[in-house]
Amino acid sequence: MRDFSYIAAKTIPEAVALLNEKGENARILAGGTDLIVQVREARRDVDWMIDIKSIPEVNVLNYDAATGLTLGAAVECYKIYADDAICDAYPSLIDATKIIGGTAIQGRAGVGGNLCNASPAADGIPPLIVLNASCVIAGPNGERELPVEQFCTAPGQTALEKGEMLISLKIPAPANNSSSYYLRFIPRNEMDIAVVGAGASVTLDAAKETIVSASIALAAVAPTPLFAEEASALLAGREVSDEAIDAAAAAAQAIARPISDMRGTAEQRTHLVGVLTRRALNGAIQRVRDAA
Amino acid sequence: MARRSHVQTTLNGETVEFLCEPRQSLLEVLRDELHLTGAKEGCNNGNCGACSVILDGRLVNSCLVLGVETEGKSVETIEGVADPDKLHPIQDAFLENAALQCGICTPGFIMSAKALLDENPNPTEHEVRYWLAGNLCRCTGYDKIVRAVLDAAAAE
Repeated sequence: MRDFSYIAAKTIPEAVALLNEKGENARILAGGTDLIVQVREARRDVDWMIDIKSIPEVNVLNYDAATGLTLGAAVECYKIYADDAICDAYPSLIDATKIIGGTAIQGRAGVGGNLCNASPAADGIPPLIVLNASCVIAGPNGERELPVEQFCTAPGQTALEKGEMLISLKIPAPANNSSSYYLRFIPRNEMDIAVVGAGASVTLDAAKETIVSASIALAAVAPTPLFAEEASALLAGREVSDEAIDAAAAAAQAIARPISDMRGTAEQRTHLVGVLTRRALNGAIQRVRDAA
Repeated sequence: MARRSHVQTTLNGETVEFLCEPRQSLLEVLRDELHLTGAKEGCNNGNCGACSVILDGRLVNSCLVLGVETEGKSVETIEGVADPDKLHPIQDAFLENAALQCGICTPGFIMSAKALLDENPNPTEHEVRYWLAGNLCRCTGYDKIVRAVLDAAAAE
């Protein structure tokens, strides 16, 4: 592997100062399941790895039913799905964290790293989008927040500026009568990269018959994960019905701009967007209805 | 070249110290510096699980951990699984079920199975198969491995 230097930062200001000083060849190390492979395979030129796992703020995992979830950037997948309250509140996030790699990957990899790696096929990102997450970012000029759907800018590229790092993700508390769902299509049962992924969240009325609001996000059909904003808006105020869901699925298909590659053709991916969007919406609705 | 770092870690219950470069993975440190060759290099990118070890109680791919990251941590490898005078029940079950052929994947499977049974002593077959999905075996077809893990769970 390429030679590089390693520093375990103890505080956010220390990590930010290092990132700012070392420039673009410095990279944050959290779980390392993407970064170490990329450096080994010479896909990223890294001279400095800044390990953030000793910094308290990036290890926070705190759910409060009133204020929501603070998910530190380095929290590993297994800690997220081990928390029953988080499983109840954000099921789509749990769907994703249980299928990112296998057990050994989930022991190291986290959703924050999944986001910063900015893969178009990232399973962790559509749930963050439909759960209305915001990114808490530290930089040389202090902290700022950014809606998660604006974080990825191109494959492997993010909105992080020089010297900036992700500290945590903030997810609002779920509304009453709401739930969410994420699924992907892969040709295997496990341990694969999404051909297409789709996440949905819905809030129903008290009778659980009418959609108050919905949100849909897609993976692996564009250079970045997509928020299907128009498709989501179509569902607001609609009674739960196949017609409403089909209309949203068609609108989601309309914004997909997939490529053809070894995982699937553009035509297959566009078809899958329709199928998976319907399943994600129906899955989320069923979860609302199944809840006591 | 980046300076070699001094690292102190607990390995199979004993304190060890070593020097390594930042770019050396835990797998490389185990094999090349500490001469523990039980963990195997298969894919070297986190897909095959041949290098599986337990780091602070969690199953990880040692090819995806830097040696320097293990400062102050606890590492368990296949070399620490058996007692001096008898095999671990998972090892016995692998032998009884003929759950190995070429053997390259076996240390990884045993560490993965140990991490599973440490957390969930009575897994279902479904749980065993999903837990082991990150460990690849090109010889056995998996069935004997799954049966061995279920037998070990029943025996423990």
